[in-house]
Amino acid sequence: MNKQKVKETLLGGFIKNNPTFVLVLGTCPTIAMTTSLFQAFAMGVATTFVLIFSNLFVSLLRNVIPDKVRIPCYIVIISTFVIIVQMVMRKYLPDLYGTMQAFIALIVVNCIILARAESFASCNKPLLSMLDGLSMGLGFTCALSLIGIVREFFAGGAFAGMAIPGFPAMSGVGASAFGFIVFGCMMALFNFVMQKINEKKERAKRAVLPLSTGEVEPMEAVK
Amino acid sequence: MTVSIISVMFSAVISNNIVLSQYQGICPFLGVSKKMSSAVGMGFAVIFVLAISSVFCWLAYNYILLPLEIEYLYTMAFILVIASLVQLLEMILKRFSPTLYSALGVYLPLITTNCAILGTANSAVVFNSYNFLYTFGVSIATGIGFLFAICLLAGVRLKTDKADIPACFKGFPITLVTAAIMAMAFAGFSGILAG
Repeated sequence: MNKQKVKETLLGGFIKNNPTFVLVLGTCPTIAMTTSLFQAFAMGVATTFVLIFSNLFVSLLRNVIPDKVRIPCYIVIISTFVIIVQMVMRKYLPDLYGTMQAFIALIVVNCIILARAESFASCNKPLLSMLDGLSMGLGFTCALSLIGIVREFFAGGAFAGMAIPGFPAMSGVGASAFGFIVFGCMMALFNFVMQKINEKKERAKRAVLPLSTGEVEPMEAVK
Repeated sequence: MTVSIISVMFSAVISNNIVLSQYQGICPFLGVSKKMSSAVGMGFAVIFVLAISSVFCWLAYNYILLPLEIEYLYTMAFILVIASLVQLLEMILKRFSPTLYSALGVYLPLITTNCAILGTANSAVVFNSYNFLYTFGVSIATGIGFLFAICLLAGVRLKTDKADIPACFKGFPITLVTAAIMAMAFAGFSGILAG
């Protein structure tokens, strides 16, 4: 396990492979569970927990599980951890569980978890797989929380449950359709920022290259 | 249960549309709506699997999980029922109906991770504890609602793909905004049943 790979895995979930904005996986909780920051954060943490442990166990059992029945095996592993989350939440956070019940159960079919089990954990070592789960989960949590902040601000004029003076609540905005719009616009914003950053990098590279090699210039001119 | 099955089914198709007002099954809704033909295929595959799997989930819940008092395992039981059913359907279709298989076959594996299937089974069987007939009716209506929504979106996407929009909005973002406007339109139906 070299350092470069650890770093790549750990940071990958936030920007380069962000599950919400880049891979566009697990969109159902992203839209349904982001009406407030707290709810979005709780959903993200629950998903992260399941992601870390399902990745760990899939990775531990990767040489035991036969290839043909791997999907049902992964699903059993994932649903075990979802049931643990359900039980813990019902005991310690009953009010929150009441509002999130439907989507906590649906973590089982959240595409991020199965996708990471299939594409990462099934061919990597346990510790690295756990790191990948952590990074993906935190990337998901951050994206959800951001959308939650924006939606809570516009719909309720509040931040994390506290009303901001001077901003009235807009009741219509809290409704179903707004989740789609905020998600769409934030993804567009993410794309826009990434595009600008890439352009800047490209320009920096171009500024350096002709000086160092001297033979890039004609190619650029042809372009 | 005072509401008739007709109104429950109607609400499942229109006013409580699975995608646009319950936010389930959004992944295939966004992912498989690029072409009208694939949207129709996915929609029918969802109706098919939803109707069969919710019946089996109802049977499993009421005749296995409840008598054994292990109903807290419903998540695991349902997803296993759905996954194995999808695999079984794939094999049966391949063997007995190659035409139907070639139309729906590609979409079947994707359906295991469609939250609409598990979500409908959960809400009909566990949260609302409908009887057998209701469960069947609601799941078919939910499937029809999904077909309805994904076909409408595919139709709009044919236009938005050709439109001149900012580069950062191309692809998923503009589709999400389109879906938002569709959800607003569907929200207009929600008063029908309440009154």
